[in-house]
Amino acid sequence: MTSDLSGTQLAHASVILSAADFASAFKVWKEEIRSALRPKERCALIGIKRRGSALARRLWETFKSAMPQLEFGELDISLYRDDYHLQLSQPKVLGTEINFNVEGCRILLVDDVLYTGRTVRAAIDQISDFGRPKCIQLAVFIDRGHRELPIAPDFIGRKITTSFEDRVQVLLEEMDGEDKVLLLKAGAGAKGHP
Amino acid sequence: MNWTRKHLLGIEDLSAEEILYILETADGFKEVSTRSIKKVPALRGKVIVNLFFEPSTRTRISFELAGARLSADVINFTSTTSSTIKGESLVDTARNIEAMGVDILVVRHPCAGVPHQLARAVKASVVNAGDGTHEHPTQALLDMFTIKCLRGSLAGLKIALVGDISHSRVARSNIWGLQKLGAKVYAVGPPTMVPAALEKLGVTVSHNLDEIIPEVDVFNMLRIQMERQAQGLFPTIREYSRLFGLNRERLARAKPEVLVLHPGPVNRGVEVTPEVADGPRSVILNQVTNGLAVRMAVLYLISGGGASAATAH
Repeated sequence: MTSDLSGTQLAHASVILSAADFASAFKVWKEEIRSALRPKERCALIGIKRRGSALARRLWETFKSAMPQLEFGELDISLYRDDYHLQLSQPKVLGTEINFNVEGCRILLVDDVLYTGRTVRAAIDQISDFGRPKCIQLAVFIDRGHRELPIAPDFIGRKITTSFEDRVQVLLEEMDGEDKVLLLKAGAGAKGHP
Repeated sequence: MNWTRKHLLGIEDLSAEEILYILETADGFKEVSTRSIKKVPALRGKVIVNLFFEPSTRTRISFELAGARLSADVINFTSTTSSTIKGESLVDTARNIEAMGVDILVVRHPCAGVPHQLARAVKASVVNAGDGTHEHPTQALLDMFTIKCLRGSLAGLKIALVGDISHSRVARSNIWGLQKLGAKVYAVGPPTMVPAALEKLGVTVSHNLDEIIPEVDVFNMLRIQMERQAQGLFPTIREYSRLFGLNRERLARAKPEVLVLHPGPVNRGVEVTPEVADGPRSVILNQVTNGLAVRMAVLYLISGGGASAATAH
């Protein structure tokens, strides 16, 4: 989960993936994910709001002609956070939409950035409340390290080295007007987000 | 925006932005009730007490279920009104309950202002679940949410509140909320229940339901409290129903997409006929379902941040 950037923070950001790098990394990532989907099984892509679900939607749009039964869902993990008692105000509830039966389904969970793993923990907990899937796999576009929970991704778009206080921002054409990945170094106007 | 209020005491002091924020949050909660496990962990470990000094079924059950779906522990305290429960002893009751480690008090009381008094006296968050003839904020929020879900926006809609407006906390909260969201509000009923002075609240007063039927987008048919007949507010139930009840003939003259709301419990044949209450324009049961989502949203928002966010409303 990433939050929006203000203009001043952008000034100190360095580009880790340009639009061209983004496109080639996405292409490789997409093909790896495609090979993991089993046409004979019930499969679903579930994205974590908001940028994870935008990426999952992109994948779904390209896969669905060959796999018309592939399901798509979106998760809002704000009701499953483990830090709500530490926040100054409640995170905005964006709503979860899983309009299919997850029971026995092969689920590919998609997010833009993997960091501490707490978001993924919350997402897995939430999926369990909808039923018992056959399995859940994890696809992240950027793995920036610093796990605080035993969570390992199955498909990684790009692995990058960061320090704990840095921020990684994935920009997407759907919401930001361009595909790009930025690194905001700590102390350069960036705030680490847990 | 960030939600900063610790209590929900009324609609009057909320901004339009805050009302819309609650409704947007409620929209995110609607889906929880459709899951196989109808529960989210958002308020795990929190304690909610329903402190009801006045009889209520649906509001109390709705708050109870809302708390349960958020994984809070919910305790019900119901007391019939007693002349000894007032002033200091009321605050004492609340403080004693609070001393058991309560996070949220949901309060209904026959006297206006009791939730406000308790909010000043206790550390817990307070939700007004109806105070006298003053406000019933969650009912107005669920009415607005129901209309917004079906119409997209309330701006420009003509909404008629029909019934005993001057004794209705539902009407008062609705009048403030609907106007903030840009709706035009009509108050309709006999002059004993809808005095001309209500126009000071910005509403259009009408004593003739038939006259306004063709232009109204939403009817909110308020419950007639039968005990008021003894106070001489209307001669007979039959006359009230004939002049201000919604029946098939009246509905046929309304806009085809009109919505009929009723806060319940319905006096069938008085405010609405059974064929209207159960008919295609009735959204009375949507209101009940939406009430749950709205109350989940309110409990979720006001419990934000624990002690650190205790910026008194």
